[in-house]
Amino acid sequence: MNSVGLVTMTALLVIPASAALLLMLLTGYRLGARLNVGAALLSLLAACTLFEARPDANAYLRVDDFNIYLIVLNNWVSFTTSLFSASYIAHELETGRLTPAYLRFYHAMYQALIFAMNLALLANNIGLLWVAIELATLITVLMVGLYRTRAALEAAWKYFILGSLGIALALFGTTLVYLAAQPAMGQGLPAMAWDQLLAHAAAFDPALLNLAFVFLLLGYGTKAGLVPLHAWLPDAHAEGPTPISAVLSGLLLNVALYAVLRFKMLMSANPKALAPGPLMIMLGLLSLLFVGLMLYRRGDIKRLFAYSSIEHMGIITFAFGIGGPLANFAGLLHMTMHSLTKSAIFFAVGHISQVKGTQRISTIRGLTVTHPALGWGLVAGVIAIAGMPPFGVFTSEFLVVSSTFARQPLLALLLALGLLLAFGTLLWRLQGMAFGKPDGGPIVPNQTSILPMLMHLALVLVAGIWLPGPLVVWFHHVAALLG
Amino acid sequence: MHSLAFDIAHFLAGSMVVVSFLLLYQDRLYSLLNVFALHSLVLALAVGWQASTQNAHHLYVTAAIALIFKAIVIPTVLHRIVRSLGIHRTLDVVGGVGRDMLAGAALVALAILVMLPVTAGADALAREDLAFALAVILLGLLLMVTRQNAISLVIGFMSLENGLILAATGARGMPLVVEISVAFSVLIALIVIGVFLFRIRERFDSVDMQAMDTFREERRK
Repeated sequence: MNSVGLVTMTALLVIPASAALLLMLLTGYRLGARLNVGAALLSLLAACTLFEARPDANAYLRVDDFNIYLIVLNNWVSFTTSLFSASYIAHELETGRLTPAYLRFYHAMYQALIFAMNLALLANNIGLLWVAIELATLITVLMVGLYRTRAALEAAWKYFILGSLGIALALFGTTLVYLAAQPAMGQGLPAMAWDQLLAHAAAFDPALLNLAFVFLLLGYGTKAGLVPLHAWLPDAHAEGPTPISAVLSGLLLNVALYAVLRFKMLMSANPKALAPGPLMIMLGLLSLLFVGLMLYRRGDIKRLFAYSSIEHMGIITFAFGIGGPLANFAGLLHMTMHSLTKSAIFFAVGHISQVKGTQRISTIRGLTVTHPALGWGLVAGVIAIAGMPPFGVFTSEFLVVSSTFARQPLLALLLALGLLLAFGTLLWRLQGMAFGKPDGGPIVPNQTSILPMLMHLALVLVAGIWLPGPLVVWFHHVAALLG
Repeated sequence: MHSLAFDIAHFLAGSMVVVSFLLLYQDRLYSLLNVFALHSLVLALAVGWQASTQNAHHLYVTAAIALIFKAIVIPTVLHRIVRSLGIHRTLDVVGGVGRDMLAGAALVALAILVMLPVTAGADALAREDLAFALAVILLGLLLMVTRQNAISLVIGFMSLENGLILAATGARGMPLVVEISVAFSVLIALIVIGVFLFRIRERFDSVDMQAMDTFREERRK
């Protein structure tokens, strides 16, 4: 069985990597788009078989209870996004915003991004984790600048500088973790292997570990878009192609947060080290309140939802900062729900900005009349992301708030305030876009498939009403691991 | 008593901090590039010395990357970019050099105050290397926040990255250092290409960060 597991683990890396190479060589965007979908589907299947045959950890790669669901989620969203991307890209080609040469590059980079994210999630080595996240950053920088407009280049440049800075800080933190581990574990590869580190964490030098965590939290926190290191995120989301916004929000932010959580587990395993909770609570709350106050000024639809991603990353960081079985459970659930909902919203937004020819909220009016399917899809998505029942985000936000009330009532008030502010703004913005009076211009019908959006929304709805038993057991198990 | 090997490693790491200070008060682009080349050269020597004292042959690769790529190729390319873009300007420094030097001195003190107590358990070489490395990183950050010109920003980032490589090689027996330095070189190459591309495509009027900052959402509303 284990050899099967090893094969699938390798396949998760080899499929996207070879697809990226192949797509580099292939001309013809239709073929490229199909191959992109096919490769993403294969990766998804490989990810699912990990449940059946789990490979043994080696010095570089590892599948454990924590990362397995993120791997599946990662490949699922990259698959549905590749479906969305196929229809989105065809339209961009028609309107001449992209040329076939750029598309070849785009598809290759898409697969390379899946490779980098799978590698980051599978990595059992903190150095490898760093390299993978660095690779993912570089690829997304290239993707954000794809349109080559002035605004896109500026967004890419800003993302590049801030992202590189975050990555540099994270590398320093990684080096410090190695130095903290070295006296207890000796030199060489084991002192960077994640499972070995966790087993020996109690013997590490606490002072070095503390310092390392601060650098890692700031470094990977930049990548997760936490305030005050979020400045790159709205620009990158607004100016890049929409499929990339969906992947950035739905997946890459999760990957960065996953890295932070891995190191948080190390900190918790060392009794003398600083408690990581308060730091994370502070950053999380700051992100949430900042977005709550800033959201209403956004005039660009993609920017609006990018800010909302910062808010949700804040909520998740906050939940893990509170810690304990219930809050961790809520954090894990929220990571999943946010990922599914936000990518669904970006699918809708992508189609909407294409049929309306603009991203400005003030010119998008009356969608439920002009484009009922898209309009109602957006309504459902926004209701879900704002945290209203019956969607899954409600469940997880409710759990975060209630578990915080039980432990830190004052913090819970701030949390609730942030949630309500964001909630109000999102619904207010939605009002005009979905139900306002159409501007009377010619209605461009949406000819693309809304299936990916519907699939995601259905999943979030089902999760809000009924979570499957095994999933709950599994969430509980991982929540206990996270401490 | 410390051995000669220790003294040399110490001297080289200390020199990197000094060269970082030199970077802080350069007021012309060309001299900034030259000082950066010197910075990378010192890094290459420091890493090479670590490679021979630690008997870690893979570190020679990192040293070679620092020497060839960062001390020779990158400065040459940047020289060319500066010439072809015609940015022969002197650099404006926000707030003046004096303030920067003071801030830099404070940062070095901070690095030493932070690093030395927390690394009390580690061996002397690693401790001091780490303190110097953190000082170089902080000085690089200072350079990045006080300069508005894109080229200085890139130089600041690369000097910061030199500090990271110094830290990683100072950590005895750290695996994957070579891979990490290769990954970083790719990043830097892309940054340099980025600077070039921005200008080549004539999308920006200048590579001045302030000009880019004015292009914000507010203007699009």
